[in-house]
Amino acid sequence: MNIKLPPTVNSQILSVGSYRPKHIVANSEIAERIDSSDEWIQQRTGIQSRRIAGEDETVITMAQAACEMALKRAKLTMADVDTLILATITYPFQAPSAASELINVLGNPKAAAFDISAACAGFCYGVAMASDLVRAGSSKRVLVVGVEKLSEFTDPDDRATAFIFADGAGAVLIGPSEQARIGPVAWGSDADSRDAILMNPAYTDFRNSPDKGVTELGWPHISQQGQTVYRWAVFTVSKIGVKALELAGVRADELGAFIPHQANMRIIESMAKEIKIPSSVIIADDIRVNGNTSAASIPLAMDILLETHPELHGSLALMIGYGAGLVYAAQVVQLPPLP
Amino acid sequence: MALAQADVLAGLKEIVEEVAGIPGASVELDKNFTDDLEVDSLSMVEVVVAAEERFGVKIPDEAVTDLVTVGDAVNFIVNAAK
Repeated sequence: MNIKLPPTVNSQILSVGSYRPKHIVANSEIAERIDSSDEWIQQRTGIQSRRIAGEDETVITMAQAACEMALKRAKLTMADVDTLILATITYPFQAPSAASELINVLGNPKAAAFDISAACAGFCYGVAMASDLVRAGSSKRVLVVGVEKLSEFTDPDDRATAFIFADGAGAVLIGPSEQARIGPVAWGSDADSRDAILMNPAYTDFRNSPDKGVTELGWPHISQQGQTVYRWAVFTVSKIGVKALELAGVRADELGAFIPHQANMRIIESMAKEIKIPSSVIIADDIRVNGNTSAASIPLAMDILLETHPELHGSLALMIGYGAGLVYAAQVVQLPPLP
Repeated sequence: MALAQADVLAGLKEIVEEVAGIPGASVELDKNFTDDLEVDSLSMVEVVVAAEERFGVKIPDEAVTDLVTVGDAVNFIVNAAK
């Protein structure tokens, strides 16, 4: 007895879309509260400003805008999409998933939909899964959206993080292709360093200590050990980037762009040095004006790169996501064609 | 492998100059990395990783915050190499 399977196909990124919140917040608006300065923040992170979502800009509305832009550029509608993968750590409900709400507002409540929790690696995890779903024939077209409203889960008095995190959404549409246009993923975890990035307290802490509440326990917020994360990103995760290049059989000088997670400009520059990215390759630096938007940062950076460097359409890019877990994922992709 | 204090200091001078662009001559035992040499916390990580490779020692993350002066780093490396 043989089980019937669809033939395997190749996969590609058909289009990208993004959403940047309207409100721009300069370093000077944050610096005083944490006894810092614009110069200090720029020197440590490269961040000049970031976008912070208003009350009407939610995880769902931002993700919807990014997905609709990606669909429009591919000249497709939500009826052509059978699967949606949403990466976030800032949707304020445990269930149902943000993905299920999103397919409903996008107009295809019958699509397969689920969230993944892989923090700043979430987008690359999603692309890996979407590519394999298409390749195996489980899905025809998959929307992968990374979206964060980190401003809701950032402590404005934390001198280590208050100036880093920001909001936004980015999406790619992945579908079948004649040629392979998404490389194999290099991924994994360093969960023995789990404490390096945490979101605390837990929901249950509020129930267990009703006398304390938010005033004493603090609202759930992300804290991180900056030096540990920097060391891990530059000297461990860079090797994953090299591995992704090897798996795809692509040399660094064949890349058009390097699009790592926009965590910190110093990490990005040191990573590029470790991976030996040549000067001919354009390095994404969206963090300067957009801050660290976790799962949304790579598609946001991809979209702005294609806008400012249209010649990059159709060229190869190395993407590396890494973050709380600690988890990481990297792959080489061919950037989508001009819409 | 035992390391001499003078050799470690000479190596650190080169590393700090390369990583942070600070003239090696100003890297003395009593100098504070942050206040005197203006090596910030992220550059300090690069100094530490370069020192690990050069001297064949392990400098764990939790030890880095205790390396306030150049002398602290030299002593840590000399002890770790014993």
